[in-house]
Amino acid sequence: MKILVCLSKSPDTTSKIAFTEGNTKFDENGVQYIVNPYDEWYALVRALELKEANGGTVTTITVGTAADDATIRKGLAIGADNAVRIDNEAKDAYQVASQIAAYAKEQAFDLILTGKETINYNGSQVAGMLAEELDLPFISLATSLDVNGSTATLSKEIVGGLEVVEAPLPLVVSAAKGMAEQRIPNMRGIMAARSKPLEVIAPSSSDELTTFVSYSTPDEKSAVKMIDPSNMDELVELLHNEAKVI
Amino acid sequence: MSVLVYVNSENGKLAKNALETVTYGSKIGEVTVVTNGDADEAVLSSLGKYGASKVWVDKSFSGNDAQQLTRMIVNAADKVSADTIIFSNDINGKAVAPRVSVKLKAGLVSGATEIPSADGTIKVNVFSGKAFGHVKVNSAKKVIAVLPNSIQPEEIGAEAAVESFDGNAGTSGVAIKEVKKPEGNIPLPEAELVVSAGRGLKGPENWGIVEDLANALGAATACSRPVSDIGWRPHHEHVGQTGVAIRPNLYIAAGISGAIQHLAGVNGSKVIVVINTDPEAPFFKAADYGIVGDAFEVLPKLTEAVQKFKAN
Repeated sequence: MKILVCLSKSPDTTSKIAFTEGNTKFDENGVQYIVNPYDEWYALVRALELKEANGGTVTTITVGTAADDATIRKGLAIGADNAVRIDNEAKDAYQVASQIAAYAKEQAFDLILTGKETINYNGSQVAGMLAEELDLPFISLATSLDVNGSTATLSKEIVGGLEVVEAPLPLVVSAAKGMAEQRIPNMRGIMAARSKPLEVIAPSSSDELTTFVSYSTPDEKSAVKMIDPSNMDELVELLHNEAKVI
Repeated sequence: MSVLVYVNSENGKLAKNALETVTYGSKIGEVTVVTNGDADEAVLSSLGKYGASKVWVDKSFSGNDAQQLTRMIVNAADKVSADTIIFSNDINGKAVAPRVSVKLKAGLVSGATEIPSADGTIKVNVFSGKAFGHVKVNSAKKVIAVLPNSIQPEEIGAEAAVESFDGNAGTSGVAIKEVKKPEGNIPLPEAELVVSAGRGLKGPENWGIVEDLANALGAATACSRPVSDIGWRPHHEHVGQTGVAIRPNLYIAAGISGAIQHLAGVNGSKVIVVINTDPEAPFFKAADYGIVGDAFEVLPKLTEAVQKFKAN
């Protein structure tokens, strides 16, 4: 089975979020980049588990510049067989998805996995766009994934619950929490990652359909109102009359 | 401007986010609503009150397969020459909007919190709620997925005509084997009131006091990441940067310190109440109302106060 896992980088979850150049650019000063947690913890680890059970290969793909190689090597250290980087700065989901689709069309993958979203842009767009570009079925927000021959069985989130579905391969899946558990790379994995192939390929031409023009940050919260723990009637009264939420 | 709004009408009912998206669309142009399945006509017709001029329903298929819905929506968009196609950025929207965007080569704006501004940019939630982005669409057509609980539904019109529509949705390769919907549970992403607890509760056997308060309020229950990681509560209750991001009207957090990753998932809440024994807990800085106290004492008292309030 040939599995492709899309990896994106994102700022570490503890990063301070600030902007520069008149609030038009994310301030990378002091920011540590990591592999986007949904891509790494759920999509990549489940792909590796499926490979360990059924045989096959796990390839990671990233649209990015040489600055992304550190996060790509992390994927190899966790256990991916090889990595591909499409040498282009990631601009918007459509541009990223169409570049990955152009590569995937040539390769006949059985399964293409992404995380459900990146923790910086929260778009949840690339997987669905990829599925449409490749004209494949798409299971979004999957919480479990098993493969038997040419059929995948998945659980996916639906409004108010979960649905168990069967879908034919090839298939595109976006992975949500529950699909797998985070793996910490060991020293042998880290050493092996140095010699695993990281292929850099030239981008195909593609459009950006959207542009982030600027950013802003939420208003500061007004000071918290402290309430005596023995006076919950007062809290209920405030929630009803002042905050008007009950 | 011609606007197409897709609403999910599973089991004949409309979720609140259907009213939000129709209201959103009515502020941009003339709204046609498209849906599928066995929705009740009177219910669909009521979307006219929120600004829909007509409602199309394709009864030839039910369910939420992304490929079938994409074909139906693209065909409807062509038929009404829609410039803008609107989804809720919920589970269905996330599955279908990206496909429609590619098919129509229409830029997709996900997580919109406001209607487009005068300069055409659209405000969206980014960095898991720690910031907003202002997005410009470069294509002639656009697809907007509206963040649930961001737009207040407004009644502005009368009933709308409901017409049957053949969306040429084709078949689905995906077979539904089982649907698990716990009865009586309020789904977390749509809940207006949420009661959440963390490690401060010391063990899964103590969740009764959280559930009692949730029942008294009619709220959903949630938890912090450590609590779901150690298996005290199911994964789908984990709110935060790597779990579910929610924006209820009221979020009550007991025994949660308020790590930056947790705040990211809840800081869209209108009102936050924090209960913690530690007066230095960082969560108090993000709270509207704070109580320094033991959750084991405060939660039952609060439940009692809510019951008393509801009884009057």
